[in-house]
Amino acid sequence: MNALWDAIVIGAGPAGMTAATTLSEGGARTLVVDEQPAPGGQIYRAVERNMDNASLSALLGPDYADGAALATSLRASAAELRFGTSVWRVDADGTVWTKADGKIERLRARNLVIASGAMERPVPVPGWTLPGVMTVGALQIMLKDAGLRPCGRLVLAGCGPLLYLFAVQCLEAGVSDLVLLDTAERANFIPALRHLPKAVSGHGPGYLRKGFGLMTALRRHGVKIYRGVSNLRIKGTERAATAIFRTGARTLRIDLDLVALHEGVIPNQQIARSIGCAHRWDEEQRCFLPILDPMRESSIAGIFIAGDGGGIVGAVASAHTGALCALAILKRLGKITEAEFADRKAIAQQALDAHLTIRPFLDRLYRPRDEVLVPANEVVVCRCEAIRAGAIRDVVQRGCLGPNQAKAFLRCGMGPCQGRICGPTVGAIIARGTGQTPDATGYYRIRPPLKPVSIGELASQYEED
Amino acid sequence: MFTRVERNSALPAGGNVLHFEGSPVPFQPGDSVAAALLAAGASPFRESPVDDSLRAPYCMMGVCFECLVEIDGRQNQQSCLTTARPGMIVKRQHGARTLG
Repeated sequence: MNALWDAIVIGAGPAGMTAATTLSEGGARTLVVDEQPAPGGQIYRAVERNMDNASLSALLGPDYADGAALATSLRASAAELRFGTSVWRVDADGTVWTKADGKIERLRARNLVIASGAMERPVPVPGWTLPGVMTVGALQIMLKDAGLRPCGRLVLAGCGPLLYLFAVQCLEAGVSDLVLLDTAERANFIPALRHLPKAVSGHGPGYLRKGFGLMTALRRHGVKIYRGVSNLRIKGTERAATAIFRTGARTLRIDLDLVALHEGVIPNQQIARSIGCAHRWDEEQRCFLPILDPMRESSIAGIFIAGDGGGIVGAVASAHTGALCALAILKRLGKITEAEFADRKAIAQQALDAHLTIRPFLDRLYRPRDEVLVPANEVVVCRCEAIRAGAIRDVVQRGCLGPNQAKAFLRCGMGPCQGRICGPTVGAIIARGTGQTPDATGYYRIRPPLKPVSIGELASQYEED
Repeated sequence: MFTRVERNSALPAGGNVLHFEGSPVPFQPGDSVAAALLAAGASPFRESPVDDSLRAPYCMMGVCFECLVEIDGRQNQQSCLTTARPGMIVKRQHGARTLG
């Protein structure tokens, strides 16, 4: 077992990179682990590689290119970086179990920064398990990581900033047959306006300008956009071939080659849940968030959660939350004085706040429809175990009170993804059925291994101990 | 279903080929196995061990586990998290992985 680290940072997206750089520059012995082969997380995926690629970086835009500076600072710092490394178990005492190239390691730190980011909200619609149905984020990852863009007819269905951004990136990448099914409810607009005064303060106007720019670009390119789309269904035999949906009073059907879904992003809560960090339901973001103090420390001392994993804030704000965690840790380690802590904290907090002004407006405007949160009976909810919403409702009718009981009855959440995809939906269906609050309903009890580990791999670790 | 943004770099550099179900699949350095397979039009990647329904990558970021394939004799590998290497032998994952 390795010596004690001052801090282990899990995840090298904007939050993790900033936390690690700040910690390391402050004199803390810091280790970074990330599943990907290079820094960037999903938002700045392959950013180092793409900086030499003029056409791809032009297409991905200046906000993406900003990630390169964070990666450069991280590389220049003394932090030890381990890429291609999965975390499959984390203990509340700061022990982190990793796996890389089939080799298991057990590491320990005084402090942990969980910066495992966001995942896309599951979008359970009929037919979503068919090949040819992906998420918008998945397609954007392919563009960033491999310079691959869809060809044939592409349908993007859902709502939220990423959907419109990716639509424009597709146009610039040469996608010529693009159809947008915008699921944002028109009724969201008026309540969202209440948050507009806040949204025009701080850095809000920059985000709003970017959004208007995207909408204008879509209009200029003459992209076919259906608005107020609901009741989306995807049909096909071997792969997705047709989308059927309601828009206004009409039901339409369009043929397609590839369809991508997106209803916003939610924290990737697997690690924090597995250690037992307390969570609470957030009605604005319609997901569970870990309970954090202002420095992003969780309910377990020494365990910090930076970035979107602590609540959706976006890439730049995530970096600032990473700085806050790092400052709190540096202070605890005695690496910075009270005065320096107070000064730097104030700067990071102010920068963070300026990027948060836009969130309530966006959260309200792109609030997912009920049919996404609690789908109809015939819809597969747990993709791994092929459990439909109706089966969950059946066990609720028979007295099932929570997700863990449903898991025992049905095996939902027990497949390879370990409930990552079905967890939010199963909880929502049960809460709706019992009339309990989401907090009272709770969530799957997440247990290690968080990633598949073989007995042989485990045994090899003990041989070395 | 997918094409490279830069067409002139579509031909693989020397030796960047893996094998999927016996057919050569060219890839670019840095591609994940999943991206290389999708670029080659390979679909599905596996069948659900529960109901035999066909599956292919959904999230491309290690969350959904729909991209599981057999790589160099090891089953249930997340192809979206595996960087493609020349000469890899990749096969569809049929049903649940076998023990041993």
